[in-house]
Amino acid sequence: MSYCRQEGKDRIIFVTKEDHEAPSNAELVADDPNDPYEEQGLILPNGDINWNCPCLGGMASGPCGSQFKEAFSCFHYSKEEVKGSECIDNFRNMQECMQRYPELYPQEEDKESSQAEASSSSVSAAPTEGSALPPETDSTPATSTSESAVSSDSTSLIDNQTAS
Amino acid sequence: MLKCRTVWKKLAPLARASSTVCRQNVRRTGLNNSRIPACVPVAHMSTGPAGGGRENQLYVLLVGAACVGGAIYTYRTVKGDNQRYQDRIDEISSRPYKRATEEPATPIQSEPPVIPEPEPEAAPSPEPQAAPSPEEPSPLAPDAAVAAPIETTEPPPGGPAPASLKVPSHTPYLLIGGGTASFAAARSIRARDPGAKVLIVTDEPDPPYMRPPLSKELWFSNDPSVTETLRFKQWNGKERSIYFQPPSFYINAEELDGAENGGVAVLTGKKVVHMDVRGNKIKLDDDTEISYDKCLIATGGVPRNLQVIERAGEEVMKKTTLFRKIEDFKSLDKVSRNIKSITIIGGGFLGSELACALGRRSTEYDLEVVQMFPEKGNMGKVLPEYLSNWTTEKVKSEGVKVISEALVKSVVCKDDKLEIKLKDGRLVKTDHIVAAVGLEPNVDLAKSAGLEVDSDFGGFRVNAELQARSNIWVAGDAACFYDIRLGRRRVEHHDHAVVSGRLAGENMTGANKPYWHQSMFWSDLGPDVGYEAIGIVDSSLPTVGVFAKATAKDTPKAATEKSGTGIRSESETEDTAISPVASLTPAPNVGQHKDEYGKGVIFYLRDKVVVGIILWNVFNRMPIARKIIKDGEEHADLNEVAKLFNIHDD
Repeated sequence: MSYCRQEGKDRIIFVTKEDHEAPSNAELVADDPNDPYEEQGLILPNGDINWNCPCLGGMASGPCGSQFKEAFSCFHYSKEEVKGSECIDNFRNMQECMQRYPELYPQEEDKESSQAEASSSSVSAAPTEGSALPPETDSTPATSTSESAVSSDSTSLIDNQTAS
Repeated sequence: MLKCRTVWKKLAPLARASSTVCRQNVRRTGLNNSRIPACVPVAHMSTGPAGGGRENQLYVLLVGAACVGGAIYTYRTVKGDNQRYQDRIDEISSRPYKRATEEPATPIQSEPPVIPEPEPEAAPSPEPQAAPSPEEPSPLAPDAAVAAPIETTEPPPGGPAPASLKVPSHTPYLLIGGGTASFAAARSIRARDPGAKVLIVTDEPDPPYMRPPLSKELWFSNDPSVTETLRFKQWNGKERSIYFQPPSFYINAEELDGAENGGVAVLTGKKVVHMDVRGNKIKLDDDTEISYDKCLIATGGVPRNLQVIERAGEEVMKKTTLFRKIEDFKSLDKVSRNIKSITIIGGGFLGSELACALGRRSTEYDLEVVQMFPEKGNMGKVLPEYLSNWTTEKVKSEGVKVISEALVKSVVCKDDKLEIKLKDGRLVKTDHIVAAVGLEPNVDLAKSAGLEVDSDFGGFRVNAELQARSNIWVAGDAACFYDIRLGRRRVEHHDHAVVSGRLAGENMTGANKPYWHQSMFWSDLGPDVGYEAIGIVDSSLPTVGVFAKATAKDTPKAATEKSGTGIRSESETEDTAISPVASLTPAPNVGQHKDEYGKGVIFYLRDKVVVGIILWNVFNRMPIARKIIKDGEEHADLNEVAKLFNIHDD
C-alpha cells in the first residue's frame, strides 16, 4: 500500500510495485511530427538527411565532413537494387580522407566501413562510426538509442519523436 | 613645432638685425614724422662716408646671407622629414603585401597589422628590417603615431621572432570563447554550412574540452599520469580524453582563409577585449582586429570568491583554489597530495562532487576533507529538505566531514595554516581551501558591444533564438535566454551548453529555431547516489516525490553497466545559481527518517504545473520527463504521472 506524507511544502509518496501496476491515466499531449521546433532525428520529415543529428557525432563536421556527406547522400538517395552500389567512389574518397586522420577516425572503423560497403546498408555504419567517436555532444542518453533504429527511416522518425 | 622654434631662433637675430636696419633706413629716408634737428652733428664714423656706404652693403650682405642660409636649412629639414615619412609609409605598406605573399624565407615578424590603411600600390620593397630602426630618434609628428607601435613590436633584425599565428583579418563565423557551447556551435555550423570557416578565439591555452570530468572521473582514475593525459574511463570502459577532438581536427588559423572545404580553427591564448558591433569586428588583447559576418559569444564565466577570502590577503589567496579550468584541476591534484587537511566551501554540485572525489582519496593520502556551506544539507538549494539531508549522510559516508549551516566570518593565515572562523564561533583549521560558491558570468564585452546584461540572472540578455543582435548570438553559461516553456533563465550545466551551442550554430546558419529541446543535467555522489534532472529544479518550489524502495540493482554503476547507453561520465558541475538563497519552510518533523529514498521521481511545481523533474536513481527515462515538461499541463494526480516512469522496473 502506498502512503503519503507531507513535510511543509513537500509531499512524499511511497508506492509499491502493485500500486503502480495499473496503467497511468495521466494525459499527455499528442506530438506533432512536423513541429518545426522539435529536434529532428537523422532523417528530416522531407526526407533529407539531418547532418546536425547528434547520432552522427562529428562525422559531418570534421575534416572529412564533405566526403562523408557526399558518400552518405549518394547512398541515401540511391535507387539501385543494391543500395549504394554506385557510390563506391564516394566511399573510397571518404575512406582515403579518413586514413589521413587516424587520430580522428580510428583504424578499426575502416574494417567496419568496408564491411558496410559490401553489406546492405552503410547507414548502420554511419551511426556506428558516430558512436566509435563517442557522440560526446549527445544531449541525452536516449538519443543514442535512436542510433540502432536508424535502419529504417520511418522508424527513426517515430523513435526520435518519443526520444525527444 | 620644434623645427619652427629652431628656425625662429636662427631667424630671430636676423629679424632684429633687419628691423634695426629697417629703422635706420627709415630714419635716413626721413619717413618718420618727427623732426630731426637739422643741425645734429653727424657722427662721423672712422670710416667716413664711403665707409658708411660699405657698412650698408655689409649689412645687406649679412642679412641676405643669413636669410638664404636659414631658407636652405629649413628647406633641407622639411624635405628630409618628408622623405623619411615617405620611406616609413612605404615600409609599412610593403609589410602587409609581403605577408600576403607568405614568403617562408623571410623571418616571421611578430608585429600585428595595426595600420588599417588601404593597400597602396607600393611595390614590396625588400627593405632590410634594420632600416627603420635607426630613424627612431626623429621627433616627427606625422610619423610618431605610425612609428611607435611598429617599433615597439619589431624584433631585432636577423633573429627569428617567436612564430605567432597570422590571424585572418576576416572570418565568416567568429566564436568568442573556447568551451563546450562554442565547440557545439562550431560542429553545428560545419554540419549545416558546407565548407564553413569557423574561428574560435579563447584566452585559455587549451582547445575545447569538457568540464564535468574535471570534478568527477579524472579524480577516480588509477592512472598516475592522468593530470598530463587528461583521459578518463567512460561508462562503457572505453577511455577518452576530455578534449572534444584531438588537435588534428582543427586547422591552423592562418590556413583558415585558404582552406577549400573550410574548417574549424582555434586561436588559443588570445582574449577579446573590445567588440565593435556597428563595424562587425573585434579587437584582441594584442591589438589584432578581426571582422566577422556572424558572431557567437560563449564566454562562460569566472568562479566567484568569498569576500572574506578576497579581503584576507595574499597569504590566504595563495592557499585558495577557485575551481574551473584544467589548470585548477592540475594544481588541486598536486596540492591535495601534499597536505593534511582541505576544506571545500560550498554545498552545491561542484562543491559536493569535489568533496566526494577528495573524500575518496582521504584514506589513501591521510587527508582530512571538510565541506562547509550555509544550507542545512548538501544540494540544499536543489533538493527538497528531506532528500538533501539524506544526501548529506551519503556524502559523510564518502569520508567527508560536513559542516552545515556554516557562514564564514573570517579567514586568517597562522603558522602556515588557514584558520576559518564561522559566524557561530566555530573554528576550522585547514591547509587549503577550495571555494565553490558559484559562477560569475563573463559579460566583459557587454560594455564595448553595447549589449544588454540581465539584472536578475546575470549574463547577456538574448531572445528565445539566443540572439542578442541580428548577427550576434550568445550560448552557454553566459546566456540569459527566454525559454518559451519555463520563462527567462540562465543555466549553468554542461548539457545546456551543448544544446544551446548547437542551437546557436543552427541559427547562425539560418534556422531561426527557438530554445525548445530542454536540456538536462545529472550528478553522481558516490556509487549509491545518482540522479538525472531536467527543467527548473529549485528547492524553494513545492515538490511531490514518489519513491519506491531501492534494490541493489538501482545504483548509477549498475544502471550504466546494464543499459549500455548514455554517457554517465558527463554531468554538470555548476551550482544552479538562479534564485537567491531560498529560505525553506521549516518542516514540522525534522529528524532521522527510517524511510530510504532509494529510487523515485520528484516533481517540482510552479502554479500546479510541473516545471522540473528529478529522476532519483532511475535512469534512461529522461525522454518521458522531457515530454511532461514540454506539455506544461496541470496534472491532478502526480502519482499517475509517476506511473509513466515505471520506477519499479530496472
